[in-house]
Amino acid sequence: MSRDPLRFEPVPVRLNACAKTFPGGTRALEPIDLEIAGGETVVFLGPSGCGKTTTLRIIAGLEQPDPGGSVFFGSEDVTALPIERRNVGMVFQSYALFPNMDVAQNVGYGLRVRGIDRRRRDARVGEMLAMMQMEALARRRIDQLSGGQRQRVALARALVVRPRILLLDEPLTALDAKLRDGLRLEIDRLLRQLGITAIYVTHDQGEAMALADRIVVMSGGRVVQIGTPRDVYFRPADPFVADFVGTTNRLQAQAADGRLHVLGADVPWAGATGPLAVLVRPEDVRLDAVTGQAEAKVTTAMFLGDRTRLVVETGTGETLSIDAPGRASFAIGDTVRIAIDPDRLLAMPL
Amino acid sequence: MTTVTGARHGVAFWLQLGFTLLVCMLLVAPMLLSLLAGVTENYLVGIESGLTTRWIAEVLRGYSDTILLSLQVALACLAATLVLGVPVAYVLARRGNWLTRLFEELLTMPIAVPGLATALALIITYGGVGEFRRSWLFILVGHVLFTLPFMVRSVLAVMSAVDLRTLEEGAASLGAGFARRFFTIVLPNSLPGILSGSLMVVTLSIGEFNLTWLLHTPLTKTLPVGLADSYASLRIEIGSAYTLIFFVMVIPLLLLLQALARFGQPPR
Repeated sequence: MSRDPLRFEPVPVRLNACAKTFPGGTRALEPIDLEIAGGETVVFLGPSGCGKTTTLRIIAGLEQPDPGGSVFFGSEDVTALPIERRNVGMVFQSYALFPNMDVAQNVGYGLRVRGIDRRRRDARVGEMLAMMQMEALARRRIDQLSGGQRQRVALARALVVRPRILLLDEPLTALDAKLRDGLRLEIDRLLRQLGITAIYVTHDQGEAMALADRIVVMSGGRVVQIGTPRDVYFRPADPFVADFVGTTNRLQAQAADGRLHVLGADVPWAGATGPLAVLVRPEDVRLDAVTGQAEAKVTTAMFLGDRTRLVVETGTGETLSIDAPGRASFAIGDTVRIAIDPDRLLAMPL
Repeated sequence: MTTVTGARHGVAFWLQLGFTLLVCMLLVAPMLLSLLAGVTENYLVGIESGLTTRWIAEVLRGYSDTILLSLQVALACLAATLVLGVPVAYVLARRGNWLTRLFEELLTMPIAVPGLATALALIITYGGVGEFRRSWLFILVGHVLFTLPFMVRSVLAVMSAVDLRTLEEGAASLGAGFARRFFTIVLPNSLPGILSGSLMVVTLSIGEFNLTWLLHTPLTKTLPVGLADSYASLRIEIGSAYTLIFFVMVIPLLLLLQALARFGQPPR
């Protein structure tokens, strides 16, 4: 995908108080305000039913927000426009490729709709297929394509009309893991190269972290946190985010007089006082036979190649996931000493 | 060779094959005999009396108008069921609520209700409208009532299978308005259903007797009505020749529509 970059006009998107109540009274989305800068890639992340797809569909024009909500592309209020007049590019989870057309016809459909004559259409379709390295597939039927190829056709079809913004609804979910990783890189490169404003919906935190300039974490129809991938990972707004984005351990702790009592030991502490829940990531727990604060017994050791994921049980009866180096080997029942840096702990009110 | 095959297929195989052939015989033999009777000089004497085409000629002389009318009704019925049925199937496929389901059930009523009852209802309601009662359009209305559910069902089955909603959303995202989506996405992707529905509608209409027998007038006889007429009042050779003509008409039509239906399906 590395040929001549078509640069796109970076169009900002703004949502004002967009809520969605479905007939029957189900509130799929609480009022949401969101500013997306031109050229930014924003990922809506959350479990199914969190409202991320509804938000995307409101931006696309496939759903109308409840009265009072409005959607702006740049300075234009597009709330009243149906999707066919918003000039957006959309990639669907099932790709929605037209089975009655071949690859080139699928890619050229948007141009045909726009009344562009055959010669110029063929030229632009050819250009786009070349950019996606799919020239050889131009005459293939959709059912003769692999999942990854379909995904690229869907992207090409969405981009060839030079949309104002690109919307992607779980575009990688239907693919197997290996392919997903490859395409994730390609999409990332493509989005950066084109400079198009992109909104991407997924339930996969790995995808979100890899692609996003900013992640919008959603749960139960609400935005829980908006931030860069680093923000969301290292400074999660609440235990839900911490748990949804990456793996986290939740420990009971007691803080008083500059000390935090956790896992049966005291560490220096400058944060909140009183009974607390503290969160710590598996990679932030060290194994240290000398300075380790607490002793624990290995109950599971899962070798993952680059690391070994241990589950240990401490003397206080708490269970922790820990990442140990891949080359260290452990047996179930081994005793280890674990160390936690206080500055890697994240305190949450109980 | 035989012993090898015999060893490979057990007794059950040969019994099943024999039974299948027997059933085929039972089905095909009457047709063949009937066709043969149509070209036999004298059925009572048998085939020894010689073969002739004069019965066929006689049917064509006396009943060619029924043949033409049947074709006319069938084609008009096809046109009407396409124009009415495809949009109905589309709405049913896109909007599944209790109202559309009720409508779908109501639509199939003419299949469940005996044709005679439907015809009688039509006569009671519109029999007084003289011009209409006397025209072939009266028969057409009956046929459309009867065949519409077949068209709707077969188009609906295909439309439900292709996830029209998402395809249309895809087309809309590329700027296509409703009419363009309908003609470039909905119709082409429903083609297998439309073709097999058409096949059924034409066949059912050409062969329809129940309704037509009550709806026709002496001046608007269709082929099956003429057939009944000739069976009842003419020599059996003429009736059989009539059947022969019906077969010659309808079989190529069926084959053609079958071929079209296969063509419309995506290759596997």
